[in-house]
Amino acid sequence: MTNTDRERHRERETAFYLFTQQRLPACKPVLTPAWVITIFLFTGFIFIPVGLVTLRASRSVVEIVERYDTECVPEPFRIDKVSYVQDDSIPKNCSLSLKVRKYMKAPIYIYYQLDNYYQNHRRYVKSRSDRQLLHGWKYHATSSCQPVEFNNNQPIVPCGLIAWSLFNDTFTFIRERAELKVNRKNIAWKSDRDHKFGKTVYPFNFQNGTLIGGGKLNPRIPLSDQEDLIVWMRTSALPSFRKLYGRIEEDLDADDVVVVHLMNNYNTYGFGGKKKLVLSTSSWLGGKNDFLGLACVFVGSSSVILAIVFMLLHLKSRR
Amino acid sequence: MGAVQIQAQDIHVGNIVWLRENDEVPCDLVLIGTSDTQGLCYVETAALDGETDLKTRVIPSACMGMDFELLHKIKGVIECPNPDKDIRRFDANLRLFPPFIDNDLCPLTIKNTLLQSCYLRNTEWACGVAVYTGNETKLGMSRGIPEPKLTAMDAMIDKLTGAIFVFQIVVVMVLGIAGNVWKDTEARKQWYVLYPIEGPWYELLVIPLRFELLCSIMIPISIKVSLDLVKSLYAKFIDWDSEMIDQDTGIPSHATNTAISEDLGQVEYILTDKTGTLTENRMIFRRCCISGIFYGNESGDALKDVKLLNAVAGSSPDVVRFLTVMAICNTVIPIKSKTGAILYKAQSQDEDALVNAAARLHMVYVNKNANILEIRFNGSVIQYEVLETLEFTSDRKRMSVVVKDCQNGKIVLLSKGADEAILPYAYAGQQTRALVEAVEQYAQLGLRTLCLAWRELKEDEYQEWSLMFKEASSTLVDREWRIAEVCQRLEHDFEVLGVTAIEDRLQDGVPETIETLRKAGINFWMLTGDKQNTAIQIALSCNFISPEPKGQLLLIDGKTEGEVCRSLERVLLTMRITSSEPKDVAFVVDGWALEIALKHYRKAFTELAILSRTAICCRVTPSQKAQLVELLKSCDYRTLAIGDGGNDVRMIQQADIGVGISGREGLQAARAADYSIGKFRFLKRLILVHGRYSYNRTAFLSQYSFYKSLVICFIQIFFSFISGVSGTSLFNSVSLMAYNVFYTSVPVLVSVLDKDLSEGTVMQHPQILVYCQAGRLLNPSTFAGWFGRSLFHAIVVFVITIHAYAFEKSEMEELSMVALSGCIWLQAFVVALETNSFTILQHLAIWGNLVAFYVINWVFSAIPSSGMYTIMFRLCRQPSYWITMFLIVAAGMGPVLALKYFRYTYRPSKINALQQAERMGGPILSLGNIEPQPRLMEKEVSPLSITQPKNRNPVYEPLLSDSPNSTRRSFGSGAPFDFFQSQSRLSSSYSRNCKDN
Repeated sequence: MTNTDRERHRERETAFYLFTQQRLPACKPVLTPAWVITIFLFTGFIFIPVGLVTLRASRSVVEIVERYDTECVPEPFRIDKVSYVQDDSIPKNCSLSLKVRKYMKAPIYIYYQLDNYYQNHRRYVKSRSDRQLLHGWKYHATSSCQPVEFNNNQPIVPCGLIAWSLFNDTFTFIRERAELKVNRKNIAWKSDRDHKFGKTVYPFNFQNGTLIGGGKLNPRIPLSDQEDLIVWMRTSALPSFRKLYGRIEEDLDADDVVVVHLMNNYNTYGFGGKKKLVLSTSSWLGGKNDFLGLACVFVGSSSVILAIVFMLLHLKSRR
Repeated sequence: MGAVQIQAQDIHVGNIVWLRENDEVPCDLVLIGTSDTQGLCYVETAALDGETDLKTRVIPSACMGMDFELLHKIKGVIECPNPDKDIRRFDANLRLFPPFIDNDLCPLTIKNTLLQSCYLRNTEWACGVAVYTGNETKLGMSRGIPEPKLTAMDAMIDKLTGAIFVFQIVVVMVLGIAGNVWKDTEARKQWYVLYPIEGPWYELLVIPLRFELLCSIMIPISIKVSLDLVKSLYAKFIDWDSEMIDQDTGIPSHATNTAISEDLGQVEYILTDKTGTLTENRMIFRRCCISGIFYGNESGDALKDVKLLNAVAGSSPDVVRFLTVMAICNTVIPIKSKTGAILYKAQSQDEDALVNAAARLHMVYVNKNANILEIRFNGSVIQYEVLETLEFTSDRKRMSVVVKDCQNGKIVLLSKGADEAILPYAYAGQQTRALVEAVEQYAQLGLRTLCLAWRELKEDEYQEWSLMFKEASSTLVDREWRIAEVCQRLEHDFEVLGVTAIEDRLQDGVPETIETLRKAGINFWMLTGDKQNTAIQIALSCNFISPEPKGQLLLIDGKTEGEVCRSLERVLLTMRITSSEPKDVAFVVDGWALEIALKHYRKAFTELAILSRTAICCRVTPSQKAQLVELLKSCDYRTLAIGDGGNDVRMIQQADIGVGISGREGLQAARAADYSIGKFRFLKRLILVHGRYSYNRTAFLSQYSFYKSLVICFIQIFFSFISGVSGTSLFNSVSLMAYNVFYTSVPVLVSVLDKDLSEGTVMQHPQILVYCQAGRLLNPSTFAGWFGRSLFHAIVVFVITIHAYAFEKSEMEELSMVALSGCIWLQAFVVALETNSFTILQHLAIWGNLVAFYVINWVFSAIPSSGMYTIMFRLCRQPSYWITMFLIVAAGMGPVLALKYFRYTYRPSKINALQQAERMGGPILSLGNIEPQPRLMEKEVSPLSITQPKNRNPVYEPLLSDSPNSTRRSFGSGAPFDFFQSQSRLSSSYSRNCKDN
């Protein structure tokens, strides 16, 4: 026992001694042709299959994207869309018919996509109060919410630009005269519902003032159940983004026609934004996104090409 | 002497301080009484000047004989100069008030003082008057803050920082303007951003200021902290190095200045002292010439020369006088040890050698009791009374004593000194030819010569002179000069007795060290106070210069301006012609000519200094040494001065790097120096191993620090283009801080263990030091490589992240974490790729850091109140996250690796070639591969080092003048060939050489 202890101590001492003498055992890899060519080949052989699998997963996703912001403005209003969308007296309903090209397996995710919409603008992204969302209007230090902090000298719950500009188009889906069941629950992150948005916090003084932004909230439902708001408040880092609206829990067959009745309330006309409706299935990788697969294949094949080039160079220089 | 404790700070000037044996002196005192009846006391001054021998201190003559009781009542005035830091001078006067004896002025010298921090030894008690206290003591004054030295590398890093700063300002201005334009054209339409219609004028500044905040991380603050940390570790490595411990004394090397290790790797000129630095400073009496007869020529040791022994036995009068001067013309103190043997305490090695040699020749210096000396010759005891000691100064180059023979009352002047300080003052009729020959001959052998002389004085002549001397020694102004003048009046008409020759052996390994370092492209200058011949001999014997056919010595001499000018012109002409030939040309200059050259022909001399790789400057004073250092520094060379004695201190302090040899002349030089080593040969290791590694490591560390800050900053800038140029930060503040302080600084810190080549290889191929000297690893072009790499990596991370995480995955926190982890992964691989040797610590730091990154973020993701809540868990469950990470690594590192491999294999620098040789194979490969190399290198190196100052400019200057341009250029095109360090032009010629094989 003591012997091994002493030995260990001596070992530690010698290790430290080697360190002080800069003589710690070291491995010194060399970039030999064999190594480098192997590394590139290996990278290639990993990335090409991974890329192909990824690409396959992405291609297996069926996706229907329909832009509706221009079509849904009636012909006479198309000159001045902004005043159309701001005029409450004009009915905003509109219908689209979507043709399903391929069989879509449930759950089918419904997204709304906004393009050219800067949820990542500094002024916008900061304008929220996480504490207020969790603790309600009792929490007063909401200066970050400016310019949507107070209305009529009363605090706004939820305050801030993000909540104020809540997306408020609504969609209903009809297939062969029967309404498709859309599940609008559990579209937000569970962690947000449980820990970020208060269960006892109710909307208060929201969209009440002269300045009307986006959608309104039902003041009798606590914030933790206002899932559209929770989804909206997970701001996007990109100016083009999709947010989950709900799930269709029935399969759609090829050549089915889905009619969408929607309320075209949200103003994207002022800044040239686009609104799209997206129906998409999902794979283990998520939605349809060919980029990863293509990039992997590209990187993999470049590696193989580099490996071949280096091999040739090596053979040539050896001769 | 009471029971009350008094703090040293409570002692005031004028207080009388009593000391007991082994007490530390609390402040500077003028000694007024001791327990010794002769008024002597002994002090140990090690803490002050590092010299370990005991020194005697004596009470001033006015206080002599005062008893214990009287000292309590003593009253008087001490006139002393303002506090200064010269521990060898104290020019003051003492006048005692009645009732004390005479009210004569009594001169005080350093011999009458006890300085702070010394210890009282071998003396029961002593008492003194406080003259300087607190920070005004000699020690306190010399403590002063030394001028901080800046390494060439730090200067370069500062320049690069400046360039980055300019780049940052440009970026901020461009983005600021773009942001304001975007705000006015686009953002006002975006109702959800709710911009006020009219804002105050300063609204215009808000966006630029936001970008300034975003871009402030572009200049890594962590670089300073990291550099300080690694620099202190470099210094520790020097302290720890067991191969640089002086085996004889057990003294390890020490880095006093921890900030300039990199400079060691960039040294271009070494200015070295001779005595004690190249030589051992262990003086041995070898030969002598007494009245024209040479002793010791056959055997090489005069002490064994039968002729001399016979002459001693026969008491030949010339020999006896010669030996007497050898024995007593000095300041040596004999101490009887308990065993009865006599030990000599000498301040100068020469004196020690002479006294010991005299003792071996039966002229034993037995005892010194106050002013009475006792010597024993062939059994009879002779007593002398020392009347005056005319001390040695480097200007007079001689020392004398005036003694009175106690038997017959004759007064004699005994002198010893350099030949030119003695021989011209011989009496009119003396034949000095044999002596001059002897001096020549001895100098040819590399021996140190001293001439011994003697003159009988008449009583009245002495008395008259004694008065003048007393007066001179009590002047307050220019005392040293006045004394020299008075001494001159006595020291003439010598009867020159003979010449002694003392050998000072070369230290071990000096020739090898000099050869290796010269191969490394370092130029050597020898600055010595010794004679020209001796200096040249030593220079020859230690490979400093080559003998005739290969080497050539050019002499600059002359006593007048004209002569010096002509000689200088001539040498310069020869230099210009021969500079193209592979010939070792050195110039030799003596102190006098140097003075004139520096004063009147500075330009020509500077040119000479640039052209010449080797120089020997003899007979130079300490201040000239410092001037030469200054001259080389003004030509923008990195200088290293190495010396061991007090006369080298100024040069050591002046040079970029001062190295002191903790040798036998005390520790003065070592204390003033940045590095102190035990032996000259350690210099090789200090420069080639420690200096070179430090340079390489810092070069990597500093550029990497910029690289990693730039990567994250570029990503922020790119992000601003897709966030409405509003200055949104993609990363949250915690991540940003942790990125700079933790995630990226830990792995790179262990690069202090990186070794590109093993120590042995470096020692064998010192030529590769050129890479450090010419700053090949850290300069604007390598930096441009890193800049390009950071741009490329930022593009890779950003593009892959925003495409892989598009649409429904584009949530801000997730996307930012994906980008951040991409950066961290890339960092780990960049560090790994740039590491040449992996020890366990490096693996731990690089891969451990990667693991730590995830652990830390999991912890943050587990805290509900943090913004990152659940993010990292969500990401780690997504296969797409991991695919993205590997994609980033492969896309980011693939090109870098390919380029590095291509350079390494097909355009290798000499470092690469050596690495390959070292690691690939056994001796056969390395022999076959490397043998032709030194030849090739020598050819390359020598013109290189000469043209360096010209070469440098095109490399160095673009940094400041067009760095914004070049950065913008690479910004635009993303030039794929920029992101690897463009290393050397030398490589092409090497690859040619390779093919020949």
